[in-house]
Parts: sequence; structure tokens; C-alpha cells
Amino acid sequence: MDLIRRLFTAALVAGVLSGTAASVVQQATTVPLILEAEKYEVVTPPPATSASPAGAPAHQHGPVREIGEGVPTTLDEAMQRIGLTIAANLLTGVAYALLLGAAILLAGRPVDARRGLVWGMGGFVAVSLAPAFGLPPELPGMAGAELELRQLWWLSAAAGAGVGMAALAFARNRLVIAAAILAAALPHLIGAPHPESAEGAVPPELAAHFVTASLGGAALFWAILGATCGWLMSGLVRETESRPALRVQPGAR
Amino acid sequence: MSSMTTRSINSVGNSATRSAAQTAVAAFAAILLGSFLLYGVGFAQPQQIHDAAHDARHSFAFPCH
Repeated sequence: MDLIRRLFTAALVAGVLSGTAASVVQQATTVPLILEAEKYEVVTPPPATSASPAGAPAHQHGPVREIGEGVPTTLDEAMQRIGLTIAANLLTGVAYALLLGAAILLAGRPVDARRGLVWGMGGFVAVSLAPAFGLPPELPGMAGAELELRQLWWLSAAAGAGVGMAALAFARNRLVIAAAILAAALPHLIGAPHPESAEGAVPPELAAHFVTASLGGAALFWAILGATCGWLMSGLVRETESRPALRVQPGAR
Repeated sequence: MSSMTTRSINSVGNSATRSAAQTAVAAFAAILLGSFLLYGVGFAQPQQIHDAAHDARHSFAFPCH
């Protein structure tokens, strides 16, 4: 139980710290771009039948927005939106920190803040860079293939990259390494699902800016997450290191 | 080199008290909860969850719409 408690504590702290940092960076970088992009997003009206109870004013029939009209918000709505985004970021941080912490524990190698930073960069490559190679971070209003297909491809690209990097770092069997590299490459060889025609309403400059902002923020997020995980788990893994693979081989390195 | 080898052998011996099973259970619990949270925040599609996590999903480049 002690091991679980300490692992979860490390993940909680790492997740909250990285999620907080991501929230600050996002409000300055990605969120303004999202709000800007929503001006170009045309909301399709709901089915006409339910929209008008008797006596409702005519202009409330459907939330149809014209391109360029923007998203009307009050201060309360804006604060609520920021608060929910922060909460989601903290949850994302804790979720990823739990997964990274489990990977560190399973690898059984000693960690500290610096090695944790390397683990964090691995996480960045797995869930940010590798999926973005096929599916660029997208703004609202951009054209995209069917959501479930993209989610599935995203997951396979992230999992494949994670498995590939873990095998390159820790596996000894060449067959295992080859299979893991294939798993990492396969989603990209198959290709990400894309819409038949890329006709989004968002200006390309906005979309390009968003890609760099999203990846940059994710890199910082993962650096903090990994370093904190490594730091807080330094005592944990040293006590549990039990893998035969750790044995020092004379002449190795 | 020989001292490092000795130390690693010692550590293997010590860790018998904290078994591989304990490590596996802790890692499995973390993977389970982490996956559950990640699914909720990044992938679940009920409208309210989607709306609440909307800006975070876009910023972290989860497929959102």
C-alpha cells in the first residue's frame, strides 16, 4: 500500500504542477487562438422543431452564428470557461503523471529530476509529437475526418511511439525492438484519417500558429511533469529496483 | 566495477521484501486510474464533458470535434 500511496502522491503533485503551468501558458497562447478561431466556426442550427416553444421571441429560434460574428460571452461565462479549462488541465496532468509514474516503476531504473526530465520528453514525443505528425493540433472550425477514427488513430500513434521508445531504451531482444519500432511506424504508414477535402473556415496562419503554440506548451508541460515525477519517485524506484537487466555488465558503456 | 556489481546484487536481494507483485499492483492501479482520467478528460463525448474540457482538449491536441 505504501508503494501505491507514494506513487499516487508523486503523480498528484506532478500533475498539479504541470497542469497549472500549462494553464498559464495556454491562456496566453492557445486559448486566444481558439477564441479567435471560433469566430469562423459556423454552428449548425438544432432541429427546428424543438427550438420554438409558443410565444418565444423570433430571434431566439436557433443559435446560428454567421462567420465572423464571434462568440458572445459575459464575464461570468468567461471565468467559468477558464475555470473548467484549468480543472481539465489539472486532470490531464494527473492522468499523464499516473501513466508516466507507472512506466517509471515498471522500468525499474533509478530516477531523479534529471532522468525524469528525459522520461517527460519521452512522454512529449509519445502523446504530442507522434500524433501531431499525422493529425496536427486542430482549432475549432477546421475540417476533420470522423472523430472516432481520429481518436483511434491518435491513440495508436501515441501508444506505438511509447512502446517503440520503451523498447529502444530497455529491450535487449532485437526481435522485440524491431516489433516495437514497427508498432510505432505502423499508424504513420497507414496514414491518419483526413477529410476528403480540407476546406476549413479557419485562416491557415491561425492554424499554423496554433500548432506551434500547442506543441510548445505541451513540451513545457511534459518537462515539468517528468522532472517532478522523477524527483518525487527518486527514493521509490531505488528501493524497488529488482530487474536483472540492471546488473552492471563488465565492459558495457 | 566489482563494487558496482556487488551493490546491484545486494539491491536485488533487498528488494525481495518488496516483491515484483507489489510493483505490478501499484503500476496497474496507476495505469487504470490514469487511463480512466485520460479517457474522461480527452476522449469522452457526452456534451457537458466535451464542453467543459473543450479548450484543454484543443490545447493538448486531442481530436475534439
